[in-house]
Amino acid sequence: MQEKLQKVLEDAREQLKEAATLEDADAVRVRVLGKKGQLTQILRGMGKLSPEERKTMGKEANMAKSQFEQMLKDRVDEVKARAREAKFRAETIDVTEPGVKVTIGVEHPITQTINEIVDIFRSMGYSVYETPEVDTVFNTFDGLNAPEFHPARDMTDTFYINKDIVLRPHTSSGEVRAEKELPLPYKIVIPGRCFRCDTPDATHSPTFHQVEMMVIGEDITMADLKGSLDYMAKRLFGPETRTKFRPHHFPFTEPSAEMDVSCFKCGGKGCNVCKGSGWIEILGCGMTHPHVHRVGNIDTEKYTGFAVGMGVERIAMLKYGIDDIRLLYENDMRFINQFK
Amino acid sequence: MIVSVNWLKDYVDINVPVQEFCDRMIMTGSNIETSSPIGEGIKGVLVGRIDKIAKHPDADRLVICEINVGRDEPLQIVTGADNVFEGAYVPVATHNSRIPGPLHGQPKVEGGVKITKGKLRGVVSEGMLCAASELGFDDKVAPMFSKDGIWILTGDWSDHLGEEITDALGIKDTAVDFEITPNRPDCLSMLGMAREAAATFGEKMRYPDTDCAKTDEDAADYIKVEVRSGLCKRYTARIIKDVKIEQSPWWMQKRLMAAGMRPINNMVDITNFVMLEYGQPLHAFDIRSLAGAQIIVDTAKEGDKFTTLDGTERTLTSDMLMINDAEKPVAVAGVMGGLNSEIQEDTSTVVIESANFVGSSVRMTSKKLGLRTEASGRYEKGIDPNLCEQAADRVCKLVEMLGCGKVLTGSVDVYPEPETAPVVTARVSRINKVLGTDIPREQMVSYLESLEMKVEGEGDQLIVTPPTVRQDLLEEVDYVEEVARMYGYDNLPMTLPDTASRAAFPEDWDLRELTRQTLCGMGASEIQTYSFSNNKVLDRTGIGEDSWERNFVEVINPMGEDTSALRTILTPGMLDVLARNCNRNIDSVRAYEIGTVFMKNLMDPDGLPDESKDLSIGCYGENESFFTLKGMIEALLDKLGISEREYVAEREYGVFHPGRCARIVIKDENGQDCELGIMGEFHPDVAENYGIGVRAYGAELFFDLLTEFSDREVVYQHPPKYPSTSRDMALVVDNDLEIGKIEKAVKEMEAGILEDIHLFDIYRGVQVGKGKKSVAFSLTYRDNEKTLTDEEVDRVQNQVVEMLKEKFGAVLRD
Repeated sequence: MQEKLQKVLEDAREQLKEAATLEDADAVRVRVLGKKGQLTQILRGMGKLSPEERKTMGKEANMAKSQFEQMLKDRVDEVKARAREAKFRAETIDVTEPGVKVTIGVEHPITQTINEIVDIFRSMGYSVYETPEVDTVFNTFDGLNAPEFHPARDMTDTFYINKDIVLRPHTSSGEVRAEKELPLPYKIVIPGRCFRCDTPDATHSPTFHQVEMMVIGEDITMADLKGSLDYMAKRLFGPETRTKFRPHHFPFTEPSAEMDVSCFKCGGKGCNVCKGSGWIEILGCGMTHPHVHRVGNIDTEKYTGFAVGMGVERIAMLKYGIDDIRLLYENDMRFINQFK
Repeated sequence: MIVSVNWLKDYVDINVPVQEFCDRMIMTGSNIETSSPIGEGIKGVLVGRIDKIAKHPDADRLVICEINVGRDEPLQIVTGADNVFEGAYVPVATHNSRIPGPLHGQPKVEGGVKITKGKLRGVVSEGMLCAASELGFDDKVAPMFSKDGIWILTGDWSDHLGEEITDALGIKDTAVDFEITPNRPDCLSMLGMAREAAATFGEKMRYPDTDCAKTDEDAADYIKVEVRSGLCKRYTARIIKDVKIEQSPWWMQKRLMAAGMRPINNMVDITNFVMLEYGQPLHAFDIRSLAGAQIIVDTAKEGDKFTTLDGTERTLTSDMLMINDAEKPVAVAGVMGGLNSEIQEDTSTVVIESANFVGSSVRMTSKKLGLRTEASGRYEKGIDPNLCEQAADRVCKLVEMLGCGKVLTGSVDVYPEPETAPVVTARVSRINKVLGTDIPREQMVSYLESLEMKVEGEGDQLIVTPPTVRQDLLEEVDYVEEVARMYGYDNLPMTLPDTASRAAFPEDWDLRELTRQTLCGMGASEIQTYSFSNNKVLDRTGIGEDSWERNFVEVINPMGEDTSALRTILTPGMLDVLARNCNRNIDSVRAYEIGTVFMKNLMDPDGLPDESKDLSIGCYGENESFFTLKGMIEALLDKLGISEREYVAEREYGVFHPGRCARIVIKDENGQDCELGIMGEFHPDVAENYGIGVRAYGAELFFDLLTEFSDREVVYQHPPKYPSTSRDMALVVDNDLEIGKIEKAVKEMEAGILEDIHLFDIYRGVQVGKGKKSVAFSLTYRDNEKTLTDEEVDRVQNQVVEMLKEKFGAVLRD
């Protein structure tokens, strides 16, 4: 009996060793533990034994059974592990092959620059105020205190629809609209497209963009103007940026200034971007002229304000080192798509 | 305004290096365009005298000069210039000398030119005689006497033979080009800039000498002046007798050359010099040509002909101010003199005119005649009439100094309404309030006084009288700027506005950004195109002749056809961009633009056009089709919260392929169809017109309508609890039957448990017969209350098939 059990286990061990697949292993299980399996039959034959023998032999047989089950499980685990291994090996890919192409477009650098400026002011509580691209001569010149013979009024400078209506040559036209329409106090930016009679070349375009900025309130000072623009410059060009305000003249501001920023390429040492001066002229600004406030019937004793106008293309060109404004309007995708 | 720093030092001490001078002038408001050194790069160029000229033995056009440069032996130099003569003083570039160049007739060389000894046609030449342009002066400023030849130095230089020319002549200088803003015409003069410099550096002004010695004759005995028009504010005349025309002295030539003017002769140079000094234009008449020894300032007779100094005959109009004698016009006031009264070689008595004309009148005349001159430009910008007399006196003083004539005592001065400066009261408190500063009164007073202003009043009040040249100071705010610039903008503090406000944005601002980001996410890049259009552009784009798109807002002063009208649609700009990229061999493009379009609007109270925003999308490339574009639009409209849109085939719109174009339509709140836009494959003719060699696709959507219909409110629904069941169905239908019609009919059945229908295959071919197609749909069924049974689903599915059979003759395929 005992030999028989040993024989069965020996044979099973041999057979399992040969079993390469789960099917082979299962065949061994059937041969040993199936309905007509060798071990099953031995266990069935136990009934014929005496109670003494049955007790000892039963123990032996059950041990042989669990021994076999363990052998079987080990073999099955091994076969499974080997199969997975083989599957993984077969399915191995070259991870350095390129990914499936997904293209993400980019916003135009002009839009990006406008958004960047607007977002800086948005974070300071400024509203966006958009006004028409075609506007009246009054909103564009007279309301801004431009002298009767200001050169910008010439037909060689500004596009006219008729004698009273122009394609705005600056977003400052929006200042006069704000004066007339908005309740005080306010802080606004006026972004938008402008037009001038300029034949396209590397630095001129008949279509271009500006962002105007305007604040009116009680106790608004020129120090506020400086502080606000200094903050903007640091956000736009980096925290190391310094600003310089130079006296200038605009009909609609008094005092007026031009703002330079320290060259963001060389940091102020002098290079080709800043033409050796260390400074780059960025924008014009000033304290809103009382004549402009009078258009809005604003009490000029109580209220003061400032206004700023900056060229979007100029800032974008300086920031990215673009040497020809026409590139911005050509829309060559190899150019546009660089502005991730 | 070009300022010679050396000349400026005649009027004010400047004790700082040029760079510091420039920096500080900029900060007080005199912005600088450029600053360029004069007399740089000259070394070994000596003052020499031509003692002897001999013919070159082998060259007709060359001469051999013996030059005295103060050495024992003279230098021998060969030259081809024809203006040399024995006794002339000339600049001599000796062996191994350096000049800035360029050499006569040659291009400019960076770093200058080295001059060495050599042989010219076999004759030794120990250097070179120089033209002014070879020493770095612009050709335009070389003295008239030496024009196009060797620079013949004016005057006697015998004590300086052999000296470096830069030292002997004192050439070294800096020309600073100041940007003069239109409010400061007073700075278009040396004295104006000197006043700014004096205030900037806290120095005293030295005004030029204008006092002449008395003579026995009086100007009034020679000339009478009558002003008959208010367009002349003042007319001052002085008389100079026994005029001797010759070259002006070097010190005067040098200043004119540094300021960019060519020395011509003493009389012309003196008037130019004084014009630059004071900013007052001057004119000289030969008294012989003034009939009746009279000057009458009056407007012209309409249609009169008049020949100006430049030899051009001009037709006058009755609003032009003229200078006349007793019989005829002799000059266009403030613009140009007449040929009939020009100074001649034998002129002996001249009338010096120093007058003031109304700027707008001079501008108009100059514009009508198409004649802009240095004088007209200055009058247009505005000149202080109080300068007339000083300038006339200064001319006389220089005539006396140069000994080129006899100055008669007195002047004839017609000045009906002398101009005074507006006295303005400014408040210390207000100035500080606007600037955000705490500048004490005394400091403000000292700033204003440094600018030659008289300050009175006390306490908060500053009662200011500016010099009359300052025509820009009219009200308190102007003094805020005067104080600010002298205090220094750099010294103002930096603060942030102390006003709380709520940021508000245009309704569609964020929606535009969402649209841009959504389209970028789909691989489209944004473009920006010009806002112009015209009929030709629309012809090219296939827009019909009577279409609304041609309702252009037209520009009355376009630069050319390209800018003659404003765009009504964005598609032409998109086509240009697709074409440009296609022609640059870029395989595929997806692009979009959000831009303003313009339409005439007769209802606007100001007559302004209607402005609205459009969105255009365009693409081409191997993987693009009508349906990739439609897919993008569908995804975008979903994102914007615009549902229930329909696509209606459009066969008549010339922009697109007649079989591949759809209008995108939505029902408005009244159930009316509202067109959101149009899309399609570009018509092959249009593609060809633009030079696009591949199939390209485009759409133009009315962005303002997208904004109107956008509903981004989220109404949350629980995910379904019960499973859905799907059934496929393949039908054979007529080939022309639109899928959209089938889907719409099925949806309109409103069979409660039918959740969705979608197309998954279309087959055309022999198996379904000619003129037919097989369309396969998947239908999804669901009941939100329970799990559906097969019987329930089959019943509805059969109803659907029956309905389609009845409506469209659809036959179920096995």
